[in-house]
Amino acid sequence: MSWGQLAALAGLGAFHGLNPAMGWLFAVARGMQERSRAALLTSLPPIAAGHLASVAIVAAVVSATESIVAANVVGVAGGLLLVGFGLWRLLSARHFRWARMRMSAAQLTGWSFLMSSAHGAGLMLLPVLATATVAKVGHADHAVMTSPAQGTPGAALEGLAAAGVHTIAMLAVMAALATIVYTYVGVNVLRRAWFNVDRLWAGVLVGAGALTVALAA
Amino acid sequence: MTRWTPDPTFYPSPRDASAAPAETLAYVAAFDRSASRPDAIAVIDTDPASSSYGSVVGWTDLPHTGDELHHFGWNACSSALCPTAPHPHVERRYLIVPGLRSSRIYVLDVGDDPRAPRIVKEIPADELASRAGYSRPHTIHCGPDGIYVSALGAGDGDDGPGGIAVLDHTTFDVRGPWENDRGDQYLAYDFWWHLTRDVLVTSEWGTPSMIENGIDPALLLNRQYGHRLHFWDLAKRNLVQTVDLGDQYQMPLELRPAHDPTKEYGFVGVVVSVEDLSASIWVWHRVDGSFEVTKVIDIPAEPADAADLPPALQPFGAVPPLVTDIDLSVDDRYLYVSAWGTGELKQYDVSDPFHPVETGSVRLGGVVRRQAHPSSPSERLAGGPQMVEVSRDGKRVYVTNSLYGAWDDQFYPDGVGAWLAKIDVADGGGMALDERFFPHGDDFRGRRVHQTRLQGGDASSDSYCFPSA
Repeated sequence: MSWGQLAALAGLGAFHGLNPAMGWLFAVARGMQERSRAALLTSLPPIAAGHLASVAIVAAVVSATESIVAANVVGVAGGLLLVGFGLWRLLSARHFRWARMRMSAAQLTGWSFLMSSAHGAGLMLLPVLATATVAKVGHADHAVMTSPAQGTPGAALEGLAAAGVHTIAMLAVMAALATIVYTYVGVNVLRRAWFNVDRLWAGVLVGAGALTVALAA
Repeated sequence: MTRWTPDPTFYPSPRDASAAPAETLAYVAAFDRSASRPDAIAVIDTDPASSSYGSVVGWTDLPHTGDELHHFGWNACSSALCPTAPHPHVERRYLIVPGLRSSRIYVLDVGDDPRAPRIVKEIPADELASRAGYSRPHTIHCGPDGIYVSALGAGDGDDGPGGIAVLDHTTFDVRGPWENDRGDQYLAYDFWWHLTRDVLVTSEWGTPSMIENGIDPALLLNRQYGHRLHFWDLAKRNLVQTVDLGDQYQMPLELRPAHDPTKEYGFVGVVVSVEDLSASIWVWHRVDGSFEVTKVIDIPAEPADAADLPPALQPFGAVPPLVTDIDLSVDDRYLYVSAWGTGELKQYDVSDPFHPVETGSVRLGGVVRRQAHPSSPSERLAGGPQMVEVSRDGKRVYVTNSLYGAWDDQFYPDGVGAWLAKIDVADGGGMALDERFFPHGDDFRGRRVHQTRLQGGDASSDSYCFPSA
């Protein structure tokens, strides 16, 4: 992965962390319910773990597939999938349905995994993941790191590393936002500041898909 | 279409909601007892600065007759901010309006012109029956994952079990029955929840065959109407616990949980005790993991001459208070209790829910008293304060006077009429009727009036997932 790709992964992680629906708001709610900052802070790792699992599956599949199939095929097919999913998110008014509020750490991880997956969080990384190999093949001189090993397991491992970088950035943004809202701002700020991230999110998915196709084709 | 920022009527916490601007419109369910003309949603101007303050400024007739509108609610509310399934960019713009007798459910759009609700969807009775297995839809609550509708009867026939159906948030299609395992729950009426505790509570009235032809004295005296509360796991959708109040306590109806999401108590009103005709208020609360329900208010019957009583009450020589609706202010401080038989609205300070203190009373109508409204002092009023709605800031209370078509006729056989009164609440407790606000009689075009919903939400419409800091 190049530094540019690492930066893109981290940037997308920050974007995911910013979305209240991805978990920081739930952490705030748990903190407020228990009147305990510890309850807030201990909610964050399970949420990050669920997000990591959701993103890592996509990353591992993309990286592993690319080691077998021509990279540009994965890029084009994945990109088209992404455009379609993004358009569906953009046009569908359906929202995530989950009724439970009181959760164990394991349930919280499961919730985060499902929430991230339903939003296509991992898919959004496709341009970075798919073009990593294209870049390696086409512009080897630009890569600062090389694949740890040739073949499927090594490639999948690189995918996991990408998901890890992404999730660390996501966790940092979540922790910062949750702490600021819990400690200083208060949740009433949501009434004005909760910008419709979902619509922007869907737009980013479509854009990411188009970019992937353009780079791979 | 979704919004870019959250709907301005969604509030994270009860305190935020208490600071909401005053409502400028109220929506009132109006039904024709004879079922010869359509029922309607009436729109009332509640802006004191307006020249049409206190009058009917909008009227939407429904396309059918015989629906018997009763309760209704919003498509979305503050629960949209709840963090496990947030959807804050939907709009609070649709009223979900069930016909309690026809089992039809209407969806009315008040977004384009709030004074002219427009019917945008009609869910036929057979869709509710075939998809959810229910009929006689009643209470509406906007849930985090869909719109919940309680129903008194099963999909076929006039018996139970009643239960809860779930409607899709966006299409309003009937998704199905809510319950996974209802245990021995059979009678249904109201429901509400403690969202942050994953608890749903339901109460019991009777099946359609027990109520649609009027209150049945034999069923009542044999203690056959509901007398239990059910506590459910909101996430697993199964019955966890049932508490029997005692079969003399007939008809625990309206459920008002604390709005504070860190609290786990609520109030329920019992219509009548068959032992002494008294009404009562109870509190449910959690003790060592399970719920207990404790009686905290008794309201005695008022003795009366048989000559002043309708035939149904003459054998008893007294007027039962008949607590048929209650409402809890958004700050959980005041509980309002309707005594529809004696014609009184009571206000209690329930800061300590186990030791309510009566802080106010307003008399209107009543089976014997027939108390007039100060704006029309010579007019003997029938009916009594019945459906109560409290504004989000807790400063105004609205009451209508019809209970339920067939039951109105038994307790007010010379006609129940139609009126909507507004009551101003003093800081620190106490109430006074607003003499400028009294739409009644012909204002409602021969219909009877039931539930009121306030524009932007009210004390019985929204649930909150964040405590008031």
